[in-house]
Amino acid sequence: MWETFILYSSYILLILGSFLSITFGLGLLRFPDFYSRTHAAGVADTLCAALIIFGLSLQSGFSLITLKLFLILLFLWFTSPTSSFTLASTAYRCGYGVKNKETGN
Amino acid sequence: MELAIDIILLGFLIIVAIAVVKLRDLFASVILFGIYSLLSAAIFVTLDAVDVAFTEAAVGAGISSILILSTLALTSRNEKPSRHSIFLPLLVVIITGSTLVFGTLDMPAFADPDAPIHKHVAPRYIQDSYQEVGMPNIVTSVLASYRGYDTMGEVVVIFTAGVAVLLLLSSVRHKEDELSNLVDLKHHPILLYVTQILIPLILMFALYVQFHGDYGPGGGFQAGVIFAAGFILYSMIIGIDKVRETFTPKCLRWLAVTGVMLYIGVGIATLILGGEFLNYSVLAEDKLSGQHWGIFLVELGVGITVTATMLSLFLSFSEVRRTP
Amino acid sequence: MSSFFELYNYWIFIFLMMTGFYIVIAQGNLVKKIIGLNIFQTSVFLLYISMGKVSGGTAPILVESDVAYSNPLPHVLILTAIVVGVATTAVAMALIIRIQKAYGTIEEHEIHEQDASL
Repeated sequence: MWETFILYSSYILLILGSFLSITFGLGLLRFPDFYSRTHAAGVADTLCAALIIFGLSLQSGFSLITLKLFLILLFLWFTSPTSSFTLASTAYRCGYGVKNKETGN
Repeated sequence: MELAIDIILLGFLIIVAIAVVKLRDLFASVILFGIYSLLSAAIFVTLDAVDVAFTEAAVGAGISSILILSTLALTSRNEKPSRHSIFLPLLVVIITGSTLVFGTLDMPAFADPDAPIHKHVAPRYIQDSYQEVGMPNIVTSVLASYRGYDTMGEVVVIFTAGVAVLLLLSSVRHKEDELSNLVDLKHHPILLYVTQILIPLILMFALYVQFHGDYGPGGGFQAGVIFAAGFILYSMIIGIDKVRETFTPKCLRWLAVTGVMLYIGVGIATLILGGEFLNYSVLAEDKLSGQHWGIFLVELGVGITVTATMLSLFLSFSEVRRTP
Repeated sequence: MSSFFELYNYWIFIFLMMTGFYIVIAQGNLVKKIIGLNIFQTSVFLLYISMGKVSGGTAPILVESDVAYSNPLPHVLILTAIVVGVATTAVAMALIIRIQKAYGTIEEHEIHEQDASL
């Protein structure tokens, strides 16, 4: 009973993570502005990786595999927001798409 | 379920390859090439080749992309449209492709356990490797012990590539005093902080991969590439002069030579001790611990040479002067 | 002779190889040619590794239980090939930088024009 609950909640987390990943990818293609696209990519990287890794760790229980998965998640949580922040911050410092409305693409 | 994953990954690969043909922006082509490498690393994992996936992800999506981007920074970013017609290359490609497909018609089915490729030397490696070499990772035991000559040639090839790049690019370098004008990213406080946390972990992970190649995927090549990648990250964010102080060009050349000499030295030591060249069993009294010692030293040599060569490649590329 | 469903993997890898080959021979920019060469190389690695897979097998790292292992020999050969590929790419990039310094361009037809007018 408890095992099927854990199994189904891991399925739900995995499906939710995949669906959100596809949605954010669609937003990456369709947003009009550079900064909104960067925001979509950054949130997608962090959130969907977290959901998928939580789903996988529910399936592998208390083992070394779960520890390694959480270490991967920690590394992703360090690097993905940093990279999207650096991208947007450097673009802002160069005045990309801010001063001149026509070049905001 | 595995079939669905395979089909989706292969579909993405085809889309990325066709996109690289069509794009004229070279920067986007390089990033797409990195994505191609990463997707093929995922396909390697589904094909049970974990060592190869590790190396392909580290080398293809890491070092290759960095080198091509460094070249792009010195040349133009966009490609001019091609002048000649596309029909002759397309014809050549179609003829070659159909010949290859005709050649595959006689092949055994995909993942067939009774294919002839599994009948000759692979059963000996799988069954006898634990008794003869004594480590769980069969790929490492084949790479370093059964096929040690090939790996020695490979180390010499990497060393030669480092020497060739040094020869080619040493005459177009900056002068020594202009090097501190190179741009870095030190003014981003968040990036600086996160990098200072992550780089020691990256280097420690490289050491882990180097010495656990016997028990899991890993070994000298992957460890050398990850080690070099940590220092490349440092030089891109904090500044290249600190890296050049730590790894002076002379030190890098000596390290590269040390790795190759360590490999060949193990072979000469086995010759002196009475066995054949690179027969590690004579290195200790017990055959298995002789193999362990031999593989440990040989992988260390490989790791040292790969680290030094990759770092010297990156430093050579980043020191080329911009003005003609 | 095996049917389509047993061989389509190889045919997809051959298509990817031919895409890389097409980039090498049809596009004029030297950096693009090297990217195409790398795509060609990676697809060849995929072809080789897919020949070594055993259905129902696992990675060739010995475990306690009784399973079939995939063939470790293609993995070893392709490990060597990947590293040799990156060495070739590095030397090719250094050559491209020198060509850029010497000719001022890296487009193939412009280089041929400059050579022909000498």
